[in-house]
Amino acid sequence: MEKYLADSRTMERTEAELIAAVLKGDSASFEPLVQKYSPRVFATARRYARRESEVEDIAQEVWLKAFDKLKSFRGEAPFEHWLMRMTVRTCYDFLRGHQRNRESSFSDLSEPESDWLDRFVTAPETAGENADAAKMLVGRVLERLSPQARLVITLLEIEDRSVKEISALTGWSVPLVKVRAFRARAEMRKIVSKMAKDKYL
Amino acid sequence: MNLAELQKKLIAAARANAPGDHVPYAFEKRVTALLASRVSPQNLDGWVRGLWRAAVSCVAVALLCGAWSLLTPAIAPANATASTDLSQDLENTLLASADQGDQAP
Repeated sequence: MEKYLADSRTMERTEAELIAAVLKGDSASFEPLVQKYSPRVFATARRYARRESEVEDIAQEVWLKAFDKLKSFRGEAPFEHWLMRMTVRTCYDFLRGHQRNRESSFSDLSEPESDWLDRFVTAPETAGENADAAKMLVGRVLERLSPQARLVITLLEIEDRSVKEISALTGWSVPLVKVRAFRARAEMRKIVSKMAKDKYL
Repeated sequence: MNLAELQKKLIAAARANAPGDHVPYAFEKRVTALLASRVSPQNLDGWVRGLWRAAVSCVAVALLCGAWSLLTPAIAPANATASTDLSQDLENTLLASADQGDQAP
């Protein structure tokens, strides 16, 4: 009962109160924040890491960083925005540290992936976006992108964020985001073209 | 093959398949336990500060000792007698047994 009351008191506290308590040394007050925002952190991390163990590592790193840097949170913007900036930057660091399969060919496409591409060639309207094969193919293409290109394509094209938002999330200037977006699209076009070449030539 | 169209389709596929937001069981407990098990950076700061102070004191003492040892021989010859020459005293003490051996019949 006492624990329940303590828990309910914690839930009633506002984010600002919880953050102030953590800064005073009460690390237990950090738990409700972790509980509340972990779904967003996990959803973001899953965009960049395939294995669940890697996703967990990213999420854990985000929270450890958030705890260590909590002093730098000034409360001018919502805590969630501050945390998402940290999440995106941690994901970018992860991509830079795990650049695998970038040079491999597309000759090992699975049967459903190959069928989906065949269907796209013969009748593009029958190749649906919801198919698992399309999901796997886009995963393969994204994996071959450079970390910068992958981050920009994910934020700009897949999550449909504005250049300004991307600038705030990544810490890059607006012109730099535009340049990187241009290069990322070109890089993706090149990879898609390589995929077509490996499959049909 | 229309590559631009294929690229669009693939982007649409990625949009249509948004990743899940489920969190592993008791993840927040694990994070809190991890935070509690780490050495508090505040304690670490205290240690670092203390060690720096100790290092500064040690350097100051070393400098004082050095200055004293350098200045002592310069002062000594002014009022020195033969018996105040420390190096001679040390030599006499160390060689005392050998000298006694020589003098013995």
